[in-house]
Amino acid sequence: MSSWNGLESLSHNFLTGRLEDFVKWSRRMSMWPATFGLACCAIEMMAAGTAEYDLARFGMEVFRPSPRQSDLMIVAGRLSQKMAPVLRQVYDQMVEPKWVISMGVCASSGGMFNNYAIVQGVDEVVPVDVYSPGCPPSPQTLMHSILTLHEKVRTGEITRRRAVSGAGAGVDLVAEVPGWVQPLPAPVRVGTPR
Amino acid sequence: MSEQAPGAVVAPPAGHAPFTASIPGCEGVPVSSSRAQEVLHPNRERYIDVAAALRDAGFVTCADLCGVDYLRHMDRALPEGVARERFEVVVSLLNHADRKRVRLRVQVPADDAVCPTLFYVYPGAENMEREAYDLLGIRFEGHPDMTRILMPEDWEGHPLRKDYGVGRVPVQFKDAPGPR
Amino acid sequence: MSDEHPTDAGRPGTTDVLDGERVPGHDDFERLIEAETEEGAQELGLASSTSAVELLIEQGGVLRLPESAVLDPGAEDARFGEDDTMILNLGPQHPSTHGVLRIMLELEGETVLRSKPVVGYLHTGMEKTAEDLMYVNGATNVTRMDYLSPIHNELVFALAVEELLGVELPPRATWIRMLMCELNRISSHVMWAATNGMDLASTTMMIFGFRERDMVLTFFEKVTGLRMNHNYIRPGGVAAELPDGWEDDVTAIVDTIESRIDDYDELLTGQPIFRERTEGVGVMGPEVALALSATGPILRAAGVPWDLRRTMPYLAYDQVDFDVVVGTVGDTFDRYAVRLNEIRESIRIVRQVLERMPAGDYRIQDQKVTPPPRARIDESMEALIHHFKLFTRGIEVPEGETYVAVESPRGELGCYMVADGSNHPYRMHIRGPSFVNLQSVPPLLRGALVADAIAILSSVDPVLGEVDR
Repeated sequence: MSSWNGLESLSHNFLTGRLEDFVKWSRRMSMWPATFGLACCAIEMMAAGTAEYDLARFGMEVFRPSPRQSDLMIVAGRLSQKMAPVLRQVYDQMVEPKWVISMGVCASSGGMFNNYAIVQGVDEVVPVDVYSPGCPPSPQTLMHSILTLHEKVRTGEITRRRAVSGAGAGVDLVAEVPGWVQPLPAPVRVGTPR
Repeated sequence: MSEQAPGAVVAPPAGHAPFTASIPGCEGVPVSSSRAQEVLHPNRERYIDVAAALRDAGFVTCADLCGVDYLRHMDRALPEGVARERFEVVVSLLNHADRKRVRLRVQVPADDAVCPTLFYVYPGAENMEREAYDLLGIRFEGHPDMTRILMPEDWEGHPLRKDYGVGRVPVQFKDAPGPR
Repeated sequence: MSDEHPTDAGRPGTTDVLDGERVPGHDDFERLIEAETEEGAQELGLASSTSAVELLIEQGGVLRLPESAVLDPGAEDARFGEDDTMILNLGPQHPSTHGVLRIMLELEGETVLRSKPVVGYLHTGMEKTAEDLMYVNGATNVTRMDYLSPIHNELVFALAVEELLGVELPPRATWIRMLMCELNRISSHVMWAATNGMDLASTTMMIFGFRERDMVLTFFEKVTGLRMNHNYIRPGGVAAELPDGWEDDVTAIVDTIESRIDDYDELLTGQPIFRERTEGVGVMGPEVALALSATGPILRAAGVPWDLRRTMPYLAYDQVDFDVVVGTVGDTFDRYAVRLNEIRESIRIVRQVLERMPAGDYRIQDQKVTPPPRARIDESMEALIHHFKLFTRGIEVPEGETYVAVESPRGELGCYMVADGSNHPYRMHIRGPSFVNLQSVPPLLRGALVADAIAILSSVDPVLGEVDR
């Protein structure tokens, strides 16, 4: 936010900033995941939410069972053929803006199970924003992927991509909301969350 | 009856008589021994009677029921008097009091892949028989719910059969040699 | 039909099931068995002289409808069964199921009449994959079945292969395996206690449980390289020696967990809400449990003292001292108590292993089964060739078939393996205990309320990875 100089500027008693920045800030600071744990990765996802690794410091320990109340779907585990329509249905029930993290190699690409029963990557069913490797990814890896997503939301890279591809709500952001899509900022070092 | 593929014949266990020979209802069933476990080979007609006799003799739990497709290994070792077929239903029973296991292997032909159900003797075999039907195509006559359990209900084909491919999707790697 | 309850006529032995405060909801049960069918009033025989199979068929707990019966929201008839009952879908995406389990419930008001667990949402084709992989890397596939206790999956696979090979392991390998198995049992039961507490709305238990589990997982990461799905127990022994200082790590783990189990006891057992929600809920007697092939804590809570570690010992369980924990009533509280006390027994076993771990090799040094020690590869050409051959062509197992079983935290985990002399299994079938234990769910849910259904399902502890494989 442009006039945020730390606590000193609170003598003004008000903050100014661009609306888009406030929206992005609020979106990433309390991004609620939907429970979509399928297999072993679900256990590591639960472990990431508990005391040792604590997702609560990112505002994310509330795993909403209802897709209508959640923003982020972490697909944790191998997706079988029978479950694929269910995944799509839950994804469709989520309200925009929504994001998908594909956690683990089975969700990202089918993993070690290249056979008749496993969908080779959930991106065949839903659009994925961040892929998280590991079998299973340790909670630290999951947190890194979550922070990468937060970074993408912060820089608006996601809205930029969606404006181009039109994925999601079908709103033409480039034309309808001037100033929403900013020119490309300096390269983002996604390894250093702020 | 399918053709008798030539194959190994295994002699019944040497030395002591198999303990199942003394169980009423199991007389005359060919017996083999596999790594110190006793295996009975009833045919389809005697299968349920033998299982019921074993249950009355103390084998109160059906530990496991699975099917095997021997299409690529028709020359497996079987005792004398057992007509070898493509499919086998393998049942593992457990006796809690005597702490013993016994195995039943029933031959099921490919063109008539039907076997009587064990549900009324051991209700615990219900899910396992559904799985054998789903993955191998062996129908169990008299089963209360003979439907697929693991694959989607409208799936075609039986994945664990040897003539059903793994379904591997070719993976594009840059400059990769080899089939994987 | 007389107004009196049919079992009031002084017939011996029938009133103990329906009598008493331990079985709430028995009024509904009475109503169910007195109901007339369309063929008129039915007279039932003595429960004590009816076999478990007939009792199960009479009870009719399983809903025999096709899976797609409730999928069409527009079809009114599909959602309503006979007599104003409603068919409700629980899952496959639901916070209170342990994985992607779907249960179709036939409800009359809040009471569950019949139910049908629908599985297959995690089917991975592992048995087919196992036919493709060699014996040396088969453990990577098998370990992902029951993902809460991966060591047991690897163990049963390795035991089956070693049985077919006919090899005998050095004692240290066996004892290392036993140590890892019991630590895995501790972490699995603690995880169960955590998710069970969460299902019954005790979020504190969830945080407690994962804190302890993380201690065990950190130790596993130190030994095997991975927190879960370790690929550590391989045919011929274990993959690597235990690291230096493992005794201190394990001592710290068991000391901490032993004291914290008393915390869980106080948190859950001492809490009246938990007691009311679990006592008398989901009762299953021993005959029915045996008929349904239930194993593990379900069977032991029903009163049958069957634990494969004691009755058909494998590894070195006949050389350590531990008790088999058995329940009395077979309700949800008993299943919880059995698991909690099994953690204590596992800690006892781990302490004995700490004292008595033998020295020696961590795997058998047989060219046909295991690779050579890494240090030898630098010195000897034969060792290098042997290592290369083993990891590219694998080991060959002579023809045969065998069934071995171990006691996993969920019950009897078995592996039926058929070998045809080549370097990969001809058929590998894993008998998953949760797959079979799910058959106990419809009789347990019969007559329970929907909230009890969650508690009962959680106490059955299904892990969908081994249900669906």
